[in-house]
Amino acid sequence: MIEPFTDVVQLLPELSLSILAMVVLIASVFLEKERTRTLSLLGAAGLLGAALLASSIGGRTEAATLFGGAFSSDAFAQFGRVAVYATAALALTLGYTFFKLEKLLRPEYVVLVLFSAVGMGLMVSSSDLIAVYLGVELQSLCVYIMATLNRDSRRSTEAGLKYFVLGALSSGFLLYGASLIYGFAGSTQFEAIAAASYAEQTSVGLIFGLVFFISALAFKVSAAPFHMWTPDVYEGSPTPVTAFLAAAPKLAGMFLFGRVLVQAFPGLLDQWQPVLGLIAAASMIVGALSAILQTNIKRLMAYSSIGHMGYALMGLTAGSLSGLTGMVSYMTIYVVMTLGSFACILMMRRPEGMAENISDLSGLSQTRPGLAACFTVLFLSLAGIPPLIGFFAKLYVFVAAVEAGLFALVIIGVLTSVVATFYYLSVLRTIWFAEPTDHFVREHDPVLRLTSSGAALFVALGLIFALGALSNAATAAAASLFPALS
Amino acid sequence: MIETSSSIPWLSLITFLPLLGAGFIVLRRSMTGPDEDQAVASAARLVALVTTGAVFVLTTILYFGIFDPNQEGFQLVESATWIGSGITYKLGVDGVSVLFVYLTAFIMPVCILASWTAVKERVADYMVAFLVLEVAIMGVFTALDLILFYVYFEASLIPMFLIIGIWGSPGTREIFARTVSNRVYAAFKFFLYTLLGSLLMLVAVIYMYLTAGTTDIPTLLETPFTVEAQRYLWLAFFASFAVKMPMWPVHTWLPDAHVQAPTGGSIVLAAVLLKMGGYGFIRFSLPMFPDASAQFAGLVFALSVIAVIYTSLVAFAQDDMKKLIAYSSVAHMGFVTMGLFTGTEQGIDGALFQMLSHGFISGAMFLCVGILYERRHTREISAFGGLAKSMKPFAFFFLFFSMANVGLPGLSGFVGEILTMVGAFQVNTWVAALSALGMILSAAYGLRLYREVVFDPPRDKEAPAMVMNRREYALLASLAGMTLWLGVHPTPTLDVFSVATRPISTQVTAAFDRLDADAEETTPQLAEGQPGHD
Repeated sequence: MIEPFTDVVQLLPELSLSILAMVVLIASVFLEKERTRTLSLLGAAGLLGAALLASSIGGRTEAATLFGGAFSSDAFAQFGRVAVYATAALALTLGYTFFKLEKLLRPEYVVLVLFSAVGMGLMVSSSDLIAVYLGVELQSLCVYIMATLNRDSRRSTEAGLKYFVLGALSSGFLLYGASLIYGFAGSTQFEAIAAASYAEQTSVGLIFGLVFFISALAFKVSAAPFHMWTPDVYEGSPTPVTAFLAAAPKLAGMFLFGRVLVQAFPGLLDQWQPVLGLIAAASMIVGALSAILQTNIKRLMAYSSIGHMGYALMGLTAGSLSGLTGMVSYMTIYVVMTLGSFACILMMRRPEGMAENISDLSGLSQTRPGLAACFTVLFLSLAGIPPLIGFFAKLYVFVAAVEAGLFALVIIGVLTSVVATFYYLSVLRTIWFAEPTDHFVREHDPVLRLTSSGAALFVALGLIFALGALSNAATAAAASLFPALS
Repeated sequence: MIETSSSIPWLSLITFLPLLGAGFIVLRRSMTGPDEDQAVASAARLVALVTTGAVFVLTTILYFGIFDPNQEGFQLVESATWIGSGITYKLGVDGVSVLFVYLTAFIMPVCILASWTAVKERVADYMVAFLVLEVAIMGVFTALDLILFYVYFEASLIPMFLIIGIWGSPGTREIFARTVSNRVYAAFKFFLYTLLGSLLMLVAVIYMYLTAGTTDIPTLLETPFTVEAQRYLWLAFFASFAVKMPMWPVHTWLPDAHVQAPTGGSIVLAAVLLKMGGYGFIRFSLPMFPDASAQFAGLVFALSVIAVIYTSLVAFAQDDMKKLIAYSSVAHMGFVTMGLFTGTEQGIDGALFQMLSHGFISGAMFLCVGILYERRHTREISAFGGLAKSMKPFAFFFLFFSMANVGLPGLSGFVGEILTMVGAFQVNTWVAALSALGMILSAAYGLRLYREVVFDPPRDKEAPAMVMNRREYALLASLAGMTLWLGVHPTPTLDVFSVATRPISTQVTAAFDRLDADAEETTPQLAEGQPGHD
């Protein structure tokens, strides 16, 4: 009697976000278009509320599954939900000025962000293949539409269509893998699959299913060689949408990746470790090499994110507690750096419109020293140069990989991060060493200024105050997936 | 919060004081309008000078008043919790690091003063970059945690990258069919070269962390690593420090960086940044991996001798004054690596002394070139001549430092070189003999530079007479004073070193003995094993 009720309480953030999304949808029909700002603030407040709610109710240690095993409410899910909702809230507010000036102000955007946030919340907490699929699809469908938000732009529609077609293919992979896993493990629940993965005789079908599943998830987090869509979608989508899809879905996808591998396939570690190692190495190499020749800053960010997924996957490849902890810390830090960078990119506005080329940043250090400082700190952090916090993100995953004896992967990671530093430095060279060209419009959007400078401050000073707390929280979250430890 | 062994956290204070100055300059600039550039620039100069001066005063008090040169081990240790799981914020100095801290504190105000009028654009940014650089360098020499050391070690790249790239000299070159300005090329080369070496070291640091469970340097110094592990760890650390030193054949970033950097940048690069490599060898490679150090000593000797002879010859062929001095730096660093890996007391002490004295001498040499460049806007040796008449005081100082660079007895360069050669003689006569050849070659290029610049008839008869100002007199005189004092009375300085280096030398010598013993054991075995193959 009581049991279902407590289960519902655990899903309160998702439920209230769904209701809020529908309220916004109905309200948008009756309200004037000028009120979209109110709606988007409402949406952001709702997301922040959901983050607070998730942080206060989740993290149960006893009986961590809900609805007969479909969802978990462990510390890992709690960390993931809080991070996802906070990220979505920030990404939602980042775009307001952009949409207003580009005449793209549509209340649907708020609704889509809210629904995809619900999808991501389900992704990070699902512990059943069917629930995984529900979460992934809810999130993806919303993001496909968001990519085409600028319906009159060829680039935007192309991006959305490309994303949709390839995304649908990867969903097919996901379903095919899930059905194979179900067929050979006899259940869709992670616990039962884990038991099957420990079987004496590893069944080939299960491994097949796992490989399909990994491919689909690699597509969702844009890891090589499933990354082809990323640069075009990043470039074509309206910039705030790019910021959103560079941050939140990557975080959710990576958390789901971690949960599936650690919770459902612990017995097949020897089988999935090389697969994941290859994906990680390929991502790091593709990300580092392809970014060098980019001239568009959004495409550069796309390849940079591919590389970063490689590092996060390196932590996962270790398959240990410290590896998962490293991945969780890495993704959290990555999201902060990405949102900060996109806040900076959103401030690259000329009187005639948005500037997207790296060469537009020429001499920024002389025309806009504050913005240049933010760019510099964030990009050096993305490159992983100490004392910025991006270095510690890399340190955590490197420690885990060395511990697991993955020396080849670590050496590849070291070499690619030197190559990656080259293209980040190339951007800084444009900012600091080139002569100034036209000036950007001075931005009056407080959200953009606060986000960019806040992220830069966090990245620069995080090593003093944030590292201890972050690694504690990440360790607690990761430990909840290892039943023997918790 | 910070636990200290003395009442004041001296080392944290010295390390982070420059940040205060940097923050002040940033604040001052952000509060002024665009037409107040001159006011901001002079304020920035003053703040930077006062801050680095204050650091120098504090360091002097620390060195002469608080530091106990007779005490073994680390002093003035401060620690605070940081990341957790064995990684802490920990500072401390011993006889080796305290002298490098002193060198840094001495050189930084010199750099600021050397840039007083030479840097005219974006002065505030320049001063901020230098102050941040001082934080990173001080951190490197005081850190007692390996991760903390690594953070500072890498962080020093960022301000130096900007200093070379923004205030470097003009000119372009072709790379991959694209025109790239020289200073950008040099800045990238400097950054990426060093980064690659350092990241390999990071992997080794992680391995050591996982083995020992901590990155606390005093603990790691007592953690024995297996000979097999030592070999890989040594190579990884070597990759980083050899680039930083720089050793032949990974020295090619240095001439580029030196030629392109502004005078202040060249001084700090030659005087202090290169010393991080030598400091790394003495702090980590030798005491933590003594067996590997003994095994690889031959490699280091070979590279050092090549550096001493080959780069001396290259220096002889240069047309650019800064390039010549840069190559001479590489040659002098060859003596340092040679001395360090002899493992003898004289060799190690001599190497450290050589680094210290090279800090003052090369700083002064680059300052001399900077003084000429500011007046004539060229560094071509052939553009000068006749300075013995037209710029007499300069000719005196230039002679003084050229002689110190050559290794004239009585000046500091001689002490370091003779000690490293005494050390090398005990281990390998050939290495000592060949490096002595390097000393002769250094006289050859040093005297050639001096003759062409000072004595040869002036190329440009119309060139106006040049006068040094009081600031330049003061700078050169203070550096000359240090060179003379170290050269005439080196004992107090050597005593401070030797307390810290004696245990290291004992360790490495023991490792050499083990290596010899192993070799003797295996040789007869091989001889006996021979017939078995038939």
